[in-house]
Amino acid sequence: MNDLTRKPQPIGRRDFLGQIATCACATALGLATVGMARLPFPAVIPGESSKVKIGHPADFPKGESFWIASARSFVFHDHEGFFAISGICTHLGCIVAQNSKGFHCPCHGSAFGLLGEVKKGPAPSALPWLEISLASDGQLIIDTQKFIPAGTRLKV
Amino acid sequence: MQTSDKNISALRALLDNIKKAPVHFLHAVFRHDWPNTDRTRSQAVFSNFFLHIHSTRIHERSLRFWSTCGLGVASLCTFIILVATGILLMVYYNPSTELAYSSIKNIHFVVPTGKFIRNIHRWAAHLMVIFVLLHMVRVFYTNSYKNNREFNWLIGLALLVLTLGLSFTGYLLPWDQLAYWAITIGANIAQSPRELTDALGITQMLDIGGLQKQILLGADTVGQEALTRFYLLHVMVLPLAMSLLIGLHLWHVRKDGGLARPSEETEEKPARLLTGQEVAFRPVATKTYGLMALVKGKTPVVDKGTENTVSTWPNAFYAEMAVFMVICSICVVLSLWMDAPLKELANPVKPENPAKAPWYFLGLQELVSYSAFMGGIGIPTLVLLGLAMLPFLDRNPEQQGLWLAGKSHKAVMLQSIFLGAAIVVSLLAFTIRFGWMRDWFPGINQIVITFINPGTLLIALLMAWSLWISYRHNSIRIGAIAMFSCLVIAFLILTYFATVHRGPNWEFYWRMSEWPTH
Ligand code: HEM
Ligand code: FES
Repeated sequence: MNDLTRKPQPIGRRDFLGQIATCACATALGLATVGMARLPFPAVIPGESSKVKIGHPADFPKGESFWIASARSFVFHDHEGFFAISGICTHLGCIVAQNSKGFHCPCHGSAFGLLGEVKKGPAPSALPWLEISLASDGQLIIDTQKFIPAGTRLKV
Repeated sequence: MQTSDKNISALRALLDNIKKAPVHFLHAVFRHDWPNTDRTRSQAVFSNFFLHIHSTRIHERSLRFWSTCGLGVASLCTFIILVATGILLMVYYNPSTELAYSSIKNIHFVVPTGKFIRNIHRWAAHLMVIFVLLHMVRVFYTNSYKNNREFNWLIGLALLVLTLGLSFTGYLLPWDQLAYWAITIGANIAQSPRELTDALGITQMLDIGGLQKQILLGADTVGQEALTRFYLLHVMVLPLAMSLLIGLHLWHVRKDGGLARPSEETEEKPARLLTGQEVAFRPVATKTYGLMALVKGKTPVVDKGTENTVSTWPNAFYAEMAVFMVICSICVVLSLWMDAPLKELANPVKPENPAKAPWYFLGLQELVSYSAFMGGIGIPTLVLLGLAMLPFLDRNPEQQGLWLAGKSHKAVMLQSIFLGAAIVVSLLAFTIRFGWMRDWFPGINQIVITFINPGTLLIALLMAWSLWISYRHNSIRIGAIAMFSCLVIAFLILTYFATVHRGPNWEFYWRMSEWPTH
């Protein structure tokens, strides 16, 4: 019997239930928001394949360089072999142009050396070298997503 | 017989009701009599959803041109114009990379009135940025951001960010060269925290920059995904957020007690309102109303009495309509005079040279040409944070609603403008003449440049100056005036400089006519 007599409570039963319910709603809505925020982040990055076929090694005579628009990169063939340097400026993504001293960017004046190293301007890092390989049909392939250490060349 | 009599009277009543239907309809919509007396007009303001953002009476001081210069209302007017013309443009615009450009061409060259509407939309967007910035400048210099108005100042800042966001997202939609490269640069600025995380070697773990770019573009480069997202933001998300916040902002102006005014009225020369009414301020005896204790903060009647107020209808409405008409005329004249630009179709392998952002971002673009992260994210964040902190740092409630009214306020503003201008110009001249650290120490670590470049140096110098001014005048408000004035002049000079003196390859030219042609 004594158990049933009311003792003064630190917090009323209804207040307590009300607060629990409010917390539960807040948690549910919070989690739902977090869940919804996941949607805009793509699972698969859309776009063309990063691997671009650029032609047969014989199309690229020794000692010359070529602008490959589809891969947004420059391909070189020197006495040590083939290599590809990305044409996308490491500052804010404009396309660099080639000149006698290397590359320069039209957007904020970054300049890069013959091997892509930063010479001038706001670009924080060198133009990356891209992986270049031979496909089974004998064509050269550039992978625009695979960066390799500068100086790596492909011998054919 | 009786029943048919009854029936006839029901029919009579029906006829009567049909005749009176228009009147009853009007009464159902407007629950007051024809608004031709002060009383019925007050009822109108009071009972109408759209009008009740006003109180029924308004302080005379708030209606004087120099109290607001009409700039808040002007911002609202440009927004209304933008919504109306934007909806019209949506009738023909097609947000796909294949069709976007040709649909804009279609609007510009074929659609009846299309060019005119497009022009209005474009110029009103520029005007909105100008008015919102000027409105902020007026609120700052009239000391109107404190004493209950702190939160409204913050809402205002959010509105500023939304305004810039709307401009930025709208910029991509024509899918021309200008659009493509401006957004490429913008998206890479979002990615620029990598400059910092790369230098610290933690990009693998914490790639904030990459995530920001991903959520903005939905891909690695600006393409269909980016266009879809920008379109969604531009026509749905941002306008909705903007409407909501504008509502909140205006509601707050009212709830915070109307526009800021000095706490004591001094006798001044009488002024003439648009209605022809002459008003003069009279010092009023202080009153308190017991009931008002229920309402938080101050309302127009607390300790003021109604003595210095006039009726909102027509006085305030005339003023607002006048501003609206002026803004509409400016838009129409601009649109008849100049066409909105449209460059060639976007070409992802050939950037514009120079590739310039819209004018209000050009100051930032100059800073970005020193360091992507600092110019694009670091310094803007710092400035916004500083502005957001302002009403909590400077809490002295004196001289609200008056332009630079305190002792030496005007002097400090002028000094700061001259000093700020001198600092900006010398930093620019130095950088152009001597280059920056990479030219002197070719192998230098990027992180040194990120933290020490003309942009960060500028901010550091301005902060030092305003701290010193605070100390010398022993006033936080005066320090704030120094900082704000310096920032305003720095923004103006950088914007002018990047617009006029930066040419192809972001090189310095004295005149645009000297740009090499190619
Ligand atoms: C879309 C942008 C904006 C719109 C449509 C807008 C609209 C308005 C309007 C109509 C007023 C009434 C007074 C007047 O006309 O000046 C006002 C007052 C005010 N605004 Fe804004 N505003 C905007 C942006 C801002 C910004 C960027 C700030 C500051 C960061 C700001 C801070 C304030 C404050 C503190 C007041 C009260 C001023 C006083 O009591 O005298 N607003 N706003
Ligand atoms: S994007 Fe190349 S310098 Fe800015």
